Amino acid sequence: MSKERLNLVPQGTKALMLANEAIARACLEAGVAVAATYPGTPSSEIGGYLESMSKHTGMYFEYSINEKVALEVGAAAAVSGLRSFVFFKHVGLNVASDPFMSLGYVGVRKGMVVLSADDPSMHSSQNEQDSRFYARLAGVPMIEPATPAEAKEMVHVGFEISEKLETPVLLRTSTRVNHARGIVELRALPNISRKGHFEKDPFRFVPVPAVARKGRIRQLECMKSALAISEESPLNFEIGDGSVGIIASGVAYTYAKEFIEDACILKLGFTWPLPEYKVKKFLRRFDRVIVFEELAPLVEEHVQRMAREEGCQTQVLGKLSGHLPMAFEYTPDTVLALREQISVKNMKKTPKFESIPLPTRPPVLCAGCPHRATFYAVKKALNGREAIFSTDIGCYTLGLNPPLNSADFLLCMGSSVGAAGGFAESTDQKVIAFIGDSTLFHSGIPGIINAVFNKHHFLLVVLDNGTTAMTGHQPHPGTGRSSPSPTTPVDIEMMLKGLGVHNIGTVDPYDLSATIQAIKTALDTDEFSAIISRRPCPLALMRRGKLERKAFIIDKSKCVRCRTCFTKFTCPALSWDGIDVSIISELCIGCGCCAQVCPKRAIEVSK
Amino acid sequence: MTFNILIVGVGGQGVLLASRVFGEAAMSEGHEVAMSEVHGMAQRGGSVSAVVRFGRGTISPLIPKAGADLILGFEPVETYRALQYANENTMIVTDVQKIIPITVTAGSESYPEVEKLITAMRDAGFSVLPLEATRLAEKAGSKLTVNSVLIGAVSALKGFPLSEESLRSALIASVPEKAKKINEQAFDLGREAVKL
Ligand code: SF4
Ligand code: SF4
Repeated sequence: MSKERLNLVPQGTKALMLANEAIARACLEAGVAVAATYPGTPSSEIGGYLESMSKHTGMYFEYSINEKVALEVGAAAAVSGLRSFVFFKHVGLNVASDPFMSLGYVGVRKGMVVLSADDPSMHSSQNEQDSRFYARLAGVPMIEPATPAEAKEMVHVGFEISEKLETPVLLRTSTRVNHARGIVELRALPNISRKGHFEKDPFRFVPVPAVARKGRIRQLECMKSALAISEESPLNFEIGDGSVGIIASGVAYTYAKEFIEDACILKLGFTWPLPEYKVKKFLRRFDRVIVFEELAPLVEEHVQRMAREEGCQTQVLGKLSGHLPMAFEYTPDTVLALREQISVKNMKKTPKFESIPLPTRPPVLCAGCPHRATFYAVKKALNGREAIFSTDIGCYTLGLNPPLNSADFLLCMGSSVGAAGGFAESTDQKVIAFIGDSTLFHSGIPGIINAVFNKHHFLLVVLDNGTTAMTGHQPHPGTGRSSPSPTTPVDIEMMLKGLGVHNIGTVDPYDLSATIQAIKTALDTDEFSAIISRRPCPLALMRRGKLERKAFIIDKSKCVRCRTCFTKFTCPALSWDGIDVSIISELCIGCGCCAQVCPKRAIEVSK
Repeated sequence: MTFNILIVGVGGQGVLLASRVFGEAAMSEGHEVAMSEVHGMAQRGGSVSAVVRFGRGTISPLIPKAGADLILGFEPVETYRALQYANENTMIVTDVQKIIPITVTAGSESYPEVEKLITAMRDAGFSVLPLEATRLAEKAGSKLTVNSVLIGAVSALKGFPLSEESLRSALIASVPEKAKKINEQAFDLGREAVKL
């Protein structure tokens, strides 16, 4: 469904929505007045929907510079009497964890829901940490949907709980919820007021030690009330009857419900605090209880403790007992691991088939991607000399693969710059840090200041493609594209100057020889230097209808079949049939880089 | 009853769009629908798959191994990779047009003969319908209509539970105004190819 149509559909309509779309719609229905994010898969699309829908509803929506700032924006709104929604991926909660830990102390005045999207199996992440620990750590209630329809309803419930308890609520999703599509029912859209009013109360909202001590007590009381709500909550319910008990949460519940037979399932949607009384009562009824949850054995540990406290002999099976896997996401086949214990729905079998070795198909930098050209130029400039490539989070991380081999170290958003400083101090090797424009703003800046201040000597290459490409082309402060009206773009060169960087060069990576020359010069200076390699992401231009394509072809009479273009530059628009290299016209965007790479000048614009 | 569709292909081919067409068509016929799709990394030329499940009591977004009723392949190697989701009754429809991955271009891996893949599937007892979908799409007016060819082909399969009308209208609703005509043409070419 088109984004514009989405907010006009009347109440009661059923729509087939991606959970992320349904969550965005629920925010409008719930009268959210302020929403903020930093894009991160699997949560990214929520922002796209909110951005376009907010134009029609008066909601304030922003792409913040990072998750910490997003959370701070949302918290300010919620203490000023406006409902707010803040969302990001699981690792974003690490960045936002600092304010999040204190927010449970001071609380909010109007509803605030924080969504953290976990990524079991790491489809697009650097780790698969479990956000649920944060609920416990921060002392805030947490709810977990299993399907798109539940995700939508839980946004509403989340706001109700948040307002009842005056505390933020954590909504924990996972990839297979965020990127699942299902049928949801739409509610009416209320009128919202965009402006709240902050009543001062420094002895609640300014947690100096004396105030924070009160806040700590407030937070503990709040969790006691949350427990009472959890015990009564319809989000925790029983379904089916059978001889085995199953306690399931999140998308894992859907696999248990569909593929396990003869079982009674206690489905937990309100998972922190756990409904102790309900779980204990459930435990007493069964000889064997299986806990079915993704990632950490969080519920399982508590269930084991409760069984002990109850003195019941119930056997608790799950990850800790070794019956279910600790790592990676669950699938319907995960239930097969329990075959000895329970009856699993008769699953079909695949006939034996010949195992033919199939080539793998990793994601690659797009045809005409300016990052490929920059990496190529860096290699050329190094001319065989070794260097450590400290890389960061974004499309350009894909430069890891051969033949570019342009990534040696990575931890998290912004880590390239800080780590490069570390490498510069701890080795005698040349050090080059790569960072995208969006990531630079997100968390690269402190590393730069550190490098200038501590005189770390390395080359910073800013891969400026004018957008946050990996997650779907969201804006950032350097783009000036802001909602609802444009702002003055932050000038990266001026910013670096302001931070004390003296050696700054700007290049167009499509001009390979100039780029190689600039990098050579920068590598020869003996202080911290920065090169801004600037060229808009062709995919973003294409989506906005602004890409001017030129068709390139290979002149077979000039080509000596050395395959330099093909093996060294490896644009996916170049193909080789065993004899000739050719250009796939539908993929080529006409950047002209391969033409510069070819030693025989055999590649040219087709007339 | 639940009907499980697994759609596989390469990032950028329109796998997600095709899955949405099946989902919308199933919803319009009153089914419950559960779907799952891939975002992020896999969109940049990597392997992509999407799941569409419809019927009664379907809630889980993924299907078990051997659990697909239909595998719709946009690329032969990707189709073969998905075989673990097939059983002897699975309908397998695949485009025969190869898309060579970078690992092959770079010389570290090799791409098997498409003929060999099809024969191996048949030898194992799978019923597979190879289609020149990309070629038909070109005939319809644009390579970009491959997904319409494939959806059209599925609409003509014996035993496929969704009607031609609902698939056609879900497809037409999902493409921009100026592309409606050639997509409908591609849909028809796909249908005819199956009926032959
Ligand atoms: S680099 Fe030039 S000469 Fe060598 S194979 Fe490519 S097009 Fe032909
Ligand atoms: S001009 Fe060459 S490098 Fe640029 S997109 Fe086309 S094939 Fe790729």
